Amino acid sequence: MYTLSGVTKTYDQSKRKVTALSGVDLVIENGELVAIQGPTGGGKSTLLQLLGALDRSSSGSVKLDDADLSSLGDGKLATIRAQEIGFVFQGFNLIPTLTALENVETALAPLGFGTTDRRDRSVEALEKVGLGDRIHHLPSELSGGQQQRVAIARALVKQPRVLLADEPTGNLDEQTRDEIMDLLEAEWRERGFTFIVVTHDSAVAKRAPRRLRIKNGTVSER
Amino acid sequence: MFGIYLRRELLNRRRQTIIIAIGMALAIALVIIVNSVSGGVKNAQAAVLESVYGVGTDITITQEPEAPTEGQGPGQQFDFGSGDGTTTDGTTAVSQSRLEAARGSSTFDASAIDTAAGTDGVAAAVGVLSLTNTTFDGELPDFSQMQQGGTDGAPGSGAQPPSGGPDGAGGSSFDIDSFTVLGYDPAAAAVGPLTAATLSDGRVLEASDAGADVAIIDSTYATESDLAVGDTIDIGGTSFEIVGIVTSTSADGTSASNVYIPLVTAQTLAGLDDQISSVYVQADSADSIDAVKADLETALPDATVNTQEDLASSVSGSLSSATGLITSLGTWLSIIVLIAAFLVAILFTISGVTRRTREFGTLKAIGWSNKRIVGQVAGESLVQGAIGGVVGIALGLVGILIVNLIAPTLGSGTATTTEAAGPGGMPGGPGAAGFGQQAIASTTDITLQLPVTFAVIGIAVGIAILGGLIAGAFGGWRASRLRPAAAFRSVN
Ligand SMILES: Nc1ncnc2c1ncn2[C@@H]1O[C@H](COP(=O)(O)OP(=O)(O)OP(=O)(O)O)[C@@H](O)[C@H]1O
Ligand SMILES: [Mg+2]
Repeated sequence: MYTLSGVTKTYDQSKRKVTALSGVDLVIENGELVAIQGPTGGGKSTLLQLLGALDRSSSGSVKLDDADLSSLGDGKLATIRAQEIGFVFQGFNLIPTLTALENVETALAPLGFGTTDRRDRSVEALEKVGLGDRIHHLPSELSGGQQQRVAIARALVKQPRVLLADEPTGNLDEQTRDEIMDLLEAEWRERGFTFIVVTHDSAVAKRAPRRLRIKNGTVSER
Repeated sequence: MFGIYLRRELLNRRRQTIIIAIGMALAIALVIIVNSVSGGVKNAQAAVLESVYGVGTDITITQEPEAPTEGQGPGQQFDFGSGDGTTTDGTTAVSQSRLEAARGSSTFDASAIDTAAGTDGVAAAVGVLSLTNTTFDGELPDFSQMQQGGTDGAPGSGAQPPSGGPDGAGGSSFDIDSFTVLGYDPAAAAVGPLTAATLSDGRVLEASDAGADVAIIDSTYATESDLAVGDTIDIGGTSFEIVGIVTSTSADGTSASNVYIPLVTAQTLAGLDDQISSVYVQADSADSIDAVKADLETALPDATVNTQEDLASSVSGSLSSATGLITSLGTWLSIIVLIAAFLVAILFTISGVTRRTREFGTLKAIGWSNKRIVGQVAGESLVQGAIGGVVGIALGLVGILIVNLIAPTLGSGTATTTEAAGPGGMPGGPGAAGFGQQAIASTTDITLQLPVTFAVIGIAVGIAILGGLIAGAFGGWRASRLRPAAAFRSVN
């Protein structure tokens, strides 16, 4: 699914150059569940951004199947994100003014679904994460765990081939963390998408058959 | 999605919407009101001019009276020979009426009409002769030097016969009654006199009336003097038949008169053959007025040529300066408030987008294109501008309505034009200035009524849309530059 070769990412930070990733070679197979761990500032989020077509590498190539994400234009990357990739963030990242249902619908907006089709699929996705009775609530009216469930529904409603999660349980208590991870793992088993999760938490990482460690911009298996 | 998101944003971020909309609304309301006020003042000015100079007059041609010299002209002198009147008990009963050129105006050759009419860009030229008829009626002691005749009141206001008491002047008793007479060409009545008047009884003069002893009188004068259609009136010793009564919008001004008679009749009667006192000129188009004025000044070097604008400043001095003030002050104020409102809209939109960095980053991360996000931001701004537009138009209309309900009275057209010293023999004492000068004291009260035009509403809508577009463009530009990776920002 993913083939990274010699991937380097540097940030220009007012004269000083920050190397977030240096010479990363990595292959991730279709349908894998991979946990990425590592110290703060190691480059975990940077790697996830490259895998998620949010940013381009400074050098080297990031291939999603046959598409080289490091050389595509903004519009093409946006299309790939819309069609193939689901994101779950540590801070939930829901649109505060939209209801749970509308937040899920935003994921389908770029895909050209009709209004009712879009609505039906979103309701279904929310039911699947256990929020069938909260679809008209605003994010501020939901608990952290519930908000993350909405975010998961938003990520999965378009049936992506890849799910990228950056510290999805970082803002949650232990019990909620386990519920959310149970949910994500169940979805992964059921649908077979490629699931890459960044975490500090070994309890989360333990669930993954394959674990990577990123330190100072270099990736190692463990 | 666009509509839902738009509505949610505007409703849930109400403060931003309200601030931007109020800024726009205030600016738009101000533009509407300023526009409308300047329109209203211009209308008022036009109304004053119309009442004074008639409808459609673009240019007037007059001639400055020459400095009076002793013995020149007929003067305001009554000469009673020893044979006049009937003498009883040492006093002489006399009655004499005199028709002469109105004070302060001077007459010039009627060929000026043809000269004017033949000038390029002139649509119509009409000549008139302004006359004053003065009737002396009374008893005099033996000597005939009595020339005292201070009267108050402008000639325009006409018939207020001042009476010298029997003890006032050596046992004399007399009335001086004067009224204004305007000779005009009934065949060419498209411009100038009577165009601002309406016929209330009888008929107007016709081309066939030229030279006939027929008159039209003003309704106010008719009431004062108890005259009606079919009655006769003595003008310069000749009896005229009253064939019509007109109501003019203003009883003052040069084109308004107490009595109107055919021009030829007036010239003959006053002994002013082929003489006129002013020409009213209508230009082909408003753009050519200045050129026509210049041509006329060349063609008629002795004449004074005035355009509506010159007239406006002399007739309605306060109004025209008010127009200038309101237009320039109002325009600048509108521009400043408009710029402020646009700046507020732009800054609030940009800061709103900046505050929503993670939100837009997230939308980009889940696949929203730049176009979709820019459209969303621009849409929000446009609707905020539109709300401002609607509120602003409402505010503006309410403001206009309030002004129109109050209907403030403008300082009418109080201005004195040509001032000429009274000819010798008729010293105008203090308080008796009326005769010595031709005063156009327009006492008509003009109330300010603000017009609402589609153009103004159109401008308001345009401003609202423009403001929304500009703010939306800045906000959209800002949003388009946000990186999708901004979704990873931990804090908002
Ligand atoms: N947009 C950016 N501009 C400049 N430097 C950046 C940017 N994003 C990341 N970096 C730098 O790149 C390095 C890697 O950052 P990254 O966010 O990938 O680390 P991380 O492993 O996700 O850390 P954390 O566990 O704290 O989330 C850090 O030194 C960081 O300061
Ligand atoms: Mg990180």
